[in-house]
Amino acid sequence: MPAFRQNVEATIPALRRYARALTRDADIADDLVQDTLVRALRSEHLFHGGDVRSWLYTILTNLNRNRLRSLARRPALSPIEDNDAPDLAGPEAGGRDIERALATLVEDQRNALLLVVLEGLSYREVAEVQGVPIGTVMSRLARARVQIKTYLDGGRPALRRVK
Amino acid sequence: MIDRDSPVTEDELHAYIDGELPADRMEAVTAWLAAHPEQAVTVASWRAQSERIRARYGTILEEVVPERLTLDQIVRNDRANGRSWKAFAAAAAVVAFLAGGATGWFAHGASIGTRPNSFAVANGALDAYRLYVVEVRHPVEVPGTERQHMTQWLSKRVGEDLRVPDLQSIGLKLVGGRLLPGPTGAAAFYMYEGASGERFTIYCAKAIAPATAFRYTTGDRAAAVYWADGKVAYVVSGPADRERLEKVAKAAYEQMEKDDAKRS
Repeated sequence: MPAFRQNVEATIPALRRYARALTRDADIADDLVQDTLVRALRSEHLFHGGDVRSWLYTILTNLNRNRLRSLARRPALSPIEDNDAPDLAGPEAGGRDIERALATLVEDQRNALLLVVLEGLSYREVAEVQGVPIGTVMSRLARARVQIKTYLDGGRPALRRVK
Repeated sequence: MIDRDSPVTEDELHAYIDGELPADRMEAVTAWLAAHPEQAVTVASWRAQSERIRARYGTILEEVVPERLTLDQIVRNDRANGRSWKAFAAAAAVVAFLAGGATGWFAHGASIGTRPNSFAVANGALDAYRLYVVEVRHPVEVPGTERQHMTQWLSKRVGEDLRVPDLQSIGLKLVGGRLLPGPTGAAAFYMYEGASGERFTIYCAKAIAPATAFRYTTGDRAAAVYWADGKVAYVVSGPADRERLEKVAKAAYEQMEKDDAKRS
């Protein structure tokens, strides 16, 4: 198997992890990974060196954005959960709590935070994936962390300023 | 949270916990945190967030990658994308429901590389079907008796050369059509009626995905068969009777193919 494919194959578990955290749904996440792989293999000829991993993360991030846009056109997004308040402490509840906290983030902030914290990408790599300067990545990270802290502390989500 | 003239910036605190802090700044930052317990608590909470995120999702790395996500499978499925209707029909015959949920997708033998898009189209079409199928007095804007006018009008609005299939051979009469909002602009919507009053609709919109195989999706009582030919995406909706629906979809598909052949 050529090196390109080997690198792609080796990244699949990590892509599944990232997709799961982005979508909070195992099936949708794997669909997203599948779409990413199809795109990647189809555009193999467009890939001229560089980091395969960052490139795959870029594709997945963009596909997820498309997915969210198409969802946004539909009025009903997802059922409201029975208990939508922050969970009580506990190992299991803790997992769901952080999930919900992530769900309250603006998309770009969530992507940046997950790429850094979960996927271990450098700020520079995230800047490439998101197509923005490093300073923007850092401010997204900072805002994400403030928002998550507010959520986990049980406070009201920070109001977003509308310009 | 940090004074403007502080010797340590907030960016540096993030870099510190993300392992991005240059080595020559390490000492300054740790010393500063030791002297500012309140900020140290905040930084610790950020670190705890990271740990919770990793704890929540980290184990996914150890999961066995599903068969459909292996590269061999991806390549194989992607090739299947370009096959003819006959191959698709054969593939459709072996598909199985995805258990649970209001919507099950059939995608064996066909890549679902475009699922987010096709999903949106098929859902839009099913919504339209549910909305208008119960309409007794005004199900359509243009009656089926004005087929030619309707075809021209809808083709112009959708921006593609559309055909309105004749499904008399399988006992369906054209009730008429209407214009609807689609995923990327206008969509055309035709309604057909059988002898016992059962209704089927065909929804056509500019394709936002490359050509795709036939897929079946089912909702509560209604279901749809979806495909795209590269230019136009089609969704045939009707009562949730898979066999009948596939027959209608196939008839519609063949009609449109025949028209295409005639025109070219």
